[in-house]
Amino acid sequence: MSEEKKVIVELNENPEYIINMGPQHPSTHGVLRFEVSLQGEMVKHLIPHCGYVHRGIEKMCESLTYPQVIHLTDRLDYLSAHMNNEAVSLCVENALEIEVPERVKYIRSILSELNRIASHQLWWSAFGMDLGGLTCFFYGLRDREKILDIFEESFGSRLLHSFIVPGGLMHDIHPNFKKGITDFIKYFRKKLPEYNRFLTGNVIFQARTKGLGILSKEDAINYGITGPSGRASGFSCDIRKVEPYSAYPYVDFKEILYNEGDTFYRYVARMDEMVESMNILEQLIDKMPDGNEYTSKMKPVIKLPEGEYYQRVETARGELGVYIVSDGNKTPYRLKLRTPNFSNLFIMNKLASGYKIADLVAISGSLDLVIPDIDR
Amino acid sequence: MGYQRYDLAPLTHSIDLFLYNHLPATWAFIAEMTIIGVVFLIFYAVIGLYLVLAERKVCAFMQNRIGPNRVGWFGVIQTIADLFKLLMKELITIRKADKFLFNLAPFIVIIASFLGLAAIPFAMGLHAIDFNIGIFYIMAVSSVGVVGVLLAGWSSNNKYSLIGAMRSGAQIVSYELSVGLSLLVIAIYSGSLQLSTIVESQADAWWIIKGHIPAIIAFIVFITAGTAETNRGPFDLAEAESELTAGFHTEYSGIKFAFFFLAEYMNMFLIASVAATVFWGGWMPLHIPGCEGFNNAMDFIPPICWYFGKTAIVILIMMWFKWTFPRLRIDQLLTLEWKYLLPINLVNIIVVALIVLMGWYIK
Repeated sequence: MSEEKKVIVELNENPEYIINMGPQHPSTHGVLRFEVSLQGEMVKHLIPHCGYVHRGIEKMCESLTYPQVIHLTDRLDYLSAHMNNEAVSLCVENALEIEVPERVKYIRSILSELNRIASHQLWWSAFGMDLGGLTCFFYGLRDREKILDIFEESFGSRLLHSFIVPGGLMHDIHPNFKKGITDFIKYFRKKLPEYNRFLTGNVIFQARTKGLGILSKEDAINYGITGPSGRASGFSCDIRKVEPYSAYPYVDFKEILYNEGDTFYRYVARMDEMVESMNILEQLIDKMPDGNEYTSKMKPVIKLPEGEYYQRVETARGELGVYIVSDGNKTPYRLKLRTPNFSNLFIMNKLASGYKIADLVAISGSLDLVIPDIDR
Repeated sequence: MGYQRYDLAPLTHSIDLFLYNHLPATWAFIAEMTIIGVVFLIFYAVIGLYLVLAERKVCAFMQNRIGPNRVGWFGVIQTIADLFKLLMKELITIRKADKFLFNLAPFIVIIASFLGLAAIPFAMGLHAIDFNIGIFYIMAVSSVGVVGVLLAGWSSNNKYSLIGAMRSGAQIVSYELSVGLSLLVIAIYSGSLQLSTIVESQADAWWIIKGHIPAIIAFIVFITAGTAETNRGPFDLAEAESELTAGFHTEYSGIKFAFFFLAEYMNMFLIASVAATVFWGGWMPLHIPGCEGFNNAMDFIPPICWYFGKTAIVILIMMWFKWTFPRLRIDQLLTLEWKYLLPINLVNIIVVALIVLMGWYIK
């Protein structure tokens, strides 16, 4: 039998209805492609295909100096740009054994938490939209705008900040920074119940998400599912607790943990995280030292001593690890990124197979995937 | 009754007489049909376009936005501009699509939504055909639309379209039952399927008041099932843009897409009209038994205003549904119909039969 005929016979014997969700599809929020085999409405199994927006960031980093690398890390998970910057900066600082000023640590943590809230707001909006509640999108974006305004005031950019650099910050924050955040917290504490009224308490929403795509704790650990998705399954993986960095040792907060691990609890974990982030922000703002030092003294050309360095931080979606191998030059010999979304993506087949297409969209929404972070 | 001062029957009869006096019978008939057809076409276009605008404004209001406000005063000619844009767009032909069915489908959908208008009493003496089976006719023609949707999904040669069409088929076939049965409640109350008789029977009070609990249940079921039948959110599974891109009309472009779009709004208008006519008295003014002064005052508002006001309120409720609820899943949708709405409806009908037999409704 010729090769071509074989394929045809195989197709006939395997009457699956294969659809390609993506690369251009409204539910994937980017250019991710799911090859989904269907039986009626049921998903039999799915294969995620990534690499559509692969830009070779890791390779590019090898020819850039450390301060330049910062600008590429923004483009990983563009919704947690500050955390990405912080990861590389911390790694470089640890390698150089530099201690940054206290104030810088506080500002970094404040920015991370603000960024986390903004990211979760956008996720909430998009998740509602995935489930067909289009109005959520505008509610979420309305509140996210307030955070972006704070960012814009201080760094002139709203999405890709490149503000946290090795040694400290790019420049000092705007005088209105503190006031802006206290105002935002006051505002958002009033608006968050609106989110709950809109989606969390909705009968249809609960019917659509509860008991759906259950991720066991074992699977979460085996697949390396971190962030709120992992914590909803009871996997205690909050780097802020496990390995505190920046100003997190100075604040008191609780790790959001649930044991149910279904789509609804992945949702609840994120909603609770927003509240917790606001608590952290309040503490940080109170304790933040005054002054105007925003960087420690750095050499004009940063050269890491020969060796291997690893630093991990908690981004809005999970654990981001930065692994730098240095040969003593001003550019890294190798820079490997352990991005949270890449690990979180590959559980999709396990979670979604056996459910309906609509559930597939809900599950992939609840994992909160950001595609450029997967492809790098 | 005071509302009879706005009776339009003498006007329509005089037009009828005028035509038959001046033309041979065949030509007079043709002329009448042409007039009605043209009036309905214009009406259809205007209502369709302005419902789109109304939806955009309502949804903007619910989403903290302003909505269209650039083209014309409050964006009043925005949808007309959109229509021209759609008219001038290229009609993409799909390779390997079934050309005949692909082109036929939008027409079936739009004709189905068009036919229903014929039996609606817009005001006293203002309707095209006063059937003695008006409700039955409207239900029959409005469910023809699903054939168009199925054909569109089948002939597009697109997997998403096919899934959307199959969903729509399952959905409409099930919800048709609830729509019919909930209307049957009022048919039992008023003892007629003729829409004009049903409206006349509400001269003392509307059925939703006279018929108390069963009528209210029937109204809620009708609105739910009606929304599902028009494929609108939260029952918009057939197009479910986050799952199926655009469902059955993914492959349509230009004016063919506009046909589906207009038909959706017209179906919504039709469902709202039927709900307003059957449950809320159609063009009948609000009457409270025993309050003569109040009733006389209400009679001064022309019936056509009552009709459009009530329809607008029902449409607003349907838009409210769409912009606040997430979408249901297909199995939940069918569960809702077969396990909840249908049994409720059947029990409701038995209760109504009992009530009418015993005369327990407000007379």
